[in-house]
Amino acid sequence: MNWTLALPEILLAVSGLVILLSCVIPKQDTAYAGSMAVIGALLGAAVLVMMQDEGTAFSGQYIADPFGRFMKLLCLAGAAATLLLAIDFNEREKLARFEFPLLALFATTGMMVMISANDLMAVYIGLELLSLPLYVIAAFNRDNGRSAEAGLKYFVLGALASGLLLYGTSLVYGFAGSTNFDKLALAFAPGQPVSAGVVVGLVFVIAGLAFKASAVPFHMWTPDVYEGAPTPVTAFFAAAPKVAAIALIVRVLTGPFADLSDQWQQVLLLVSAASMLLGSFAAIGQRNIKRLMAYSSIGHVGYALMGLAVDTDVGVRGVLVYMAIYLIMNVGTFAVLVSMRRQGKAVELIDDLAGLGKTHPGTAMWMAIFMFSMAGVPPLAGFFGKLYVFLAAMQAGYLWLALIGVGTSVIGGYYYLRVIKVMYFDSTEEPLDAPTPGVGLVMAGSGLFNVLFILWPAPLIGAAQLAVAALVG
Amino acid sequence: MIAALAFYVFAFILVASAVMVVTARNPVHSVLFLILAFFNASALFLLAGAEFLAMILVIVYVGAVAVLFLFVVMMLDIDFARLREGFQRYAPIGAIIGGILFLELLLVLAGWRFTDMAADLRLAPVPNGPVSNTAALGRLLYTDYVFLFQASGLILLVAMIGAIVLTHRERVGTRRQVIADQVSRSGSVVLTQVAIGAGISPDSILRPPPKDAPKAVEHHDAHGHGGHH
Repeated sequence: MNWTLALPEILLAVSGLVILLSCVIPKQDTAYAGSMAVIGALLGAAVLVMMQDEGTAFSGQYIADPFGRFMKLLCLAGAAATLLLAIDFNEREKLARFEFPLLALFATTGMMVMISANDLMAVYIGLELLSLPLYVIAAFNRDNGRSAEAGLKYFVLGALASGLLLYGTSLVYGFAGSTNFDKLALAFAPGQPVSAGVVVGLVFVIAGLAFKASAVPFHMWTPDVYEGAPTPVTAFFAAAPKVAAIALIVRVLTGPFADLSDQWQQVLLLVSAASMLLGSFAAIGQRNIKRLMAYSSIGHVGYALMGLAVDTDVGVRGVLVYMAIYLIMNVGTFAVLVSMRRQGKAVELIDDLAGLGKTHPGTAMWMAIFMFSMAGVPPLAGFFGKLYVFLAAMQAGYLWLALIGVGTSVIGGYYYLRVIKVMYFDSTEEPLDAPTPGVGLVMAGSGLFNVLFILWPAPLIGAAQLAVAALVG
Repeated sequence: MIAALAFYVFAFILVASAVMVVTARNPVHSVLFLILAFFNASALFLLAGAEFLAMILVIVYVGAVAVLFLFVVMMLDIDFARLREGFQRYAPIGAIIGGILFLELLLVLAGWRFTDMAADLRLAPVPNGPVSNTAALGRLLYTDYVFLFQASGLILLVAMIGAIVLTHRERVGTRRQVIADQVSRSGSVVLTQVAIGAGISPDSILRPPPKDAPKAVEHHDAHGHGGHH
């Protein structure tokens, strides 16, 4: 058994246990040390992921390939960056407890298991290992009614989605006779007849996974949970787990179910178009910026899934590039949101940003860059993310889908630009507090990536190309 | 012959007690019937040759889960009469939905057929040779599925951490034992000679001192009690 392949996961799990013990035992406050140790463990895992060999392990339940490497690095980076944002916020909101980074660490372990899953059982176990910590940290501010409500809502709906996924898995297993991806791919090979049970199971599996990625029509939880959860938790939700969920959808649909693309393609086309439309229209009336970001993330999932829905190699590469760029600009935006406080008190309305252009020109500049990038204005990175999926859709002959994408981008531009307008053209009497250095670092790093991506896109595109080749070829 | 007879006896009691679980008026009786159902199910497992599952069913379900149920039923003040109130009203729609689901299941089962390669695809085939089913299950859990097994363990750990994070509160004013203080304490312990055979008088029971009174150790009189503070 080639268990050393799973070293990154093992490192994360073991260091989680060690950090848990060494933070519980001392009497003094260990929140800061715990956060730093968790970030260290995430970076260590990232190094191991980069050195990882390729192949399958644990009797075919675990697979290590360039696709997994690409997605795992994204998840680890996203998790580490959002934890960095959380340290200061939690300290000020009196939420600084070491369990927060620890739960995030276990959630990240779950993401890695999901991304490396080569078996429907591993998919489910990874998904639960991801979801359970997320339910808890959504309610982390337990004395706040909205936070508790967010946790409970997410838990109830998440349990329902897990049930759908399990039901689909059981149908697929019952009709195909295996849960292993390689064996499923054999069972669904072109010559084999497809029974209706498998198709029903496949639809249920897609529904369960779409819930985690918050794609329409399984998005209902997103705005409430994003709004109610503490801001760094929202940042975490919008970054790494979303990438992991999209990675899982890509792996499941292009792996075992690749030959059933006639069946799932129409589902994904619908999901993608509906997500883009809802994400852009529902965001228009929002006043709370976290709610705005929730609808924005629904829309972004729609754009990303467009690449998968057209079912071409170029499209899947577009998904990977899109998710990488989405992750980075999202982390940057949330760095700004986390630093939004007035006289030490966190605020989260769009109007609270008023006058930011005069009081904190640096922060306002980065925020403007992120908003332009989210809207897809060239030459920022967000434009290229959209460009690749739209091009893939047009090449595959789905002009209508690309047109919906372009149309919703224009509508989306309205509310992104409104944020910029509020920052630069509205005035305020009470300026916001200055962001802390750590948060400023994340802002600057993410902002520079967005600006400079046009100069040197090759590494990201190349890595995505390599990942797709491993997945499809 | 005996095996067949035993099967029907156990199966009949199982189904009958399962019906009683749902229909019994007293919730405690429901739980007791549930335990009876578990025992009979485990007997059926034994008849099928799955002795490990039979033992697990008794140990885990009867030993832990059923007793937990019993606790919950007895501790929580649930008004079961009120829960059943709407039964008459909602029974028809429940029956319709149940009937539709049942029909769908029948349709699915009618269309059921194995893939041609189902036998080759089987994940955990029956092991060759004389392997007890405990050993076979152990091999599956701890060798073939060790990855998923350990990951499930992590999920349970996360659930435990989550429960503590969301519910545990540090209360102010609780009295904790500080062992270091106790061990390093000196000078406040006094040995006194107590009159032998005097017994303990009713007023010599130790009480916490009044809040504003000095916390000094007081010895009353010749009737002293010999207790150490």
